[in-house]
Amino acid sequence: MQLDQLYQEIILDHYKRPKGRGLREPFAADVHHVNPTCGDEITLRVALDGETISDISYDGQGCSISQASASVLFELLNGRKVDDALAVHAAFVELMGGKGQVEPDEEVLGDAVAFAGVAKYPARVKCALLSWMALKDAVAQAVALEKEEV
Amino acid sequence: MTALTIPAGMPQYDDKPRFDVERVRADFPILGREVNGHPLVYLDSGNTSQKPRQVIDAVARYYAEHNANVARSVHTLGTESTEAYEGARAKVAAFIGAPSVDEVVFTKNATESLNLVAHAFGPHARDERFRLGPGDEIVISEMEHHSNIVPWQLLCERTGATLRWFGLTETGRLDESNLEELVNERTKIVSIVHMSNVLGTVNATSRITARVREVGALLMLDCSQSVPHLPMDVVDYDVDFIAFTGHKMLAPTGIGVLWGRGELLNAMPPFLGGGSMIETVKMGGSTYAPAPARFEAGTPPIAQAVGLGAAIDYLTGIGMDAIAWHDKELTAYALDALDTVPGLRIYGPRVPVGRGATISFTLDGIHPHDVGQVLDSLGVQVRVGHHCAKPICDRFSVPALTRASFYLYTTTDEVDALVRGLDQVRKVFA
Repeated sequence: MQLDQLYQEIILDHYKRPKGRGLREPFAADVHHVNPTCGDEITLRVALDGETISDISYDGQGCSISQASASVLFELLNGRKVDDALAVHAAFVELMGGKGQVEPDEEVLGDAVAFAGVAKYPARVKCALLSWMALKDAVAQAVALEKEEV
Repeated sequence: MTALTIPAGMPQYDDKPRFDVERVRADFPILGREVNGHPLVYLDSGNTSQKPRQVIDAVARYYAEHNANVARSVHTLGTESTEAYEGARAKVAAFIGAPSVDEVVFTKNATESLNLVAHAFGPHARDERFRLGPGDEIVISEMEHHSNIVPWQLLCERTGATLRWFGLTETGRLDESNLEELVNERTKIVSIVHMSNVLGTVNATSRITARVREVGALLMLDCSQSVPHLPMDVVDYDVDFIAFTGHKMLAPTGIGVLWGRGELLNAMPPFLGGGSMIETVKMGGSTYAPAPARFEAGTPPIAQAVGLGAAIDYLTGIGMDAIAWHDKELTAYALDALDTVPGLRIYGPRVPVGRGATISFTLDGIHPHDVGQVLDSLGVQVRVGHHCAKPICDRFSVPALTRASFYLYTTTDEVDALVRGLDQVRKVFA
């Protein structure tokens, strides 16, 4: 196995120096997701300003893949329009489900292309997706809440 | 370790039964393969064991020469398969010192065995010993596998009974300091693990057994990790039930065992209903066969039972005393070797006494998943995560652990490969 395909420099960098980590206020939705097979956990909050995600804050514990993935997610999606963010989300989920056969678009995915190697390790795909699934859940809750208030 | 001279007339180290590990390894085809360009170093036997050719061949031979359904046919193949299946039961009974073959119930795994016993309890149980309701208590421990926690939690939800548990000491031993209070007149059953699948601890059961007998409760041991590694005699241990599984002791998956005292098994209600478990069925109601048939509804895992019988022959041929001693020497070696890895912390007993050949640890600042991934790239197969024993992780405030578990085919060279691999892990995440 090519270990450096999995543990790319970008991933190790985000793992050692995570971006945007720590829970912040205000927030519209707060979710807690776990990976029951390994016990990795993440708490993730989303704040909305109209159609823009004005803050993504998170805290969690887990392996380098799950923690680096949350950091990349923050860097990539924080401050984006909800629709744009969900489009990137869909591209990332497609990449991770591609068993290494999907060619990632760096324009869309930025640093997240580094996770292309992870898609070849079925046991680790869930690690990479943990924070992304939490984000989708939180955004959906925040948007629903906003609609109720309108 | 320092070589000590033991005075003549005293038991000598050389008196211990031993076997040739290399000869054993030659029986396991899988040990010849490579993983990621490296020789396989399989250190996950606590999860499932590898299978010797003798077991693989026995299963293949059963299908090639004898296959038929059991206990219902007059034809020759049916008779042969029934004999093979019941022959396996007799081997299990002899292996664990069961007074009667009829006390051995085949299940699909230890989880089913534990659930089967839990389901015997309820508010309307005919036998007082299984009658359970609010005010009654069940005792487990903090070092249980989820399979010896959740069935009892579900039972308590159904009946209103209370679940209580032994705590753990800092070194990963059962904390028996409150035994008298914990196991009391309200206790109906104590169900604890014999050997922890995470900490490696082998629990000394005699004090607990004495207390259980004093208060008139029942005692069950989860022997999933112990029966494959240690000699077991259910009469010596004076227990009421034990559960274990075939695939951790060289046999195929899909075959487990519940042993129970015959008189208790026959006082228990059936578990699953269906064919084979009945005496007679009428539209107005049915009566049930005595144990073990009572608990074996439907076509059982026949070939898997045959495989278990072959595995028991194999283990008996080497000798369980010799396997236990091999485990002990290997564990002593591994505890010392792992001690040399900077930042490594072992969870569980740090001495090779009262513990089996399973060692869990953390590496400072590196998540077990990452440890396992780098080790895999070097061919070293370990388990990472919470090992289906999350309360242990909570007890020691760690999210996950890396676990190396050994068996009769494990060598000190493989322990060295683990230690070298851990150096590599530290380099990747330095």
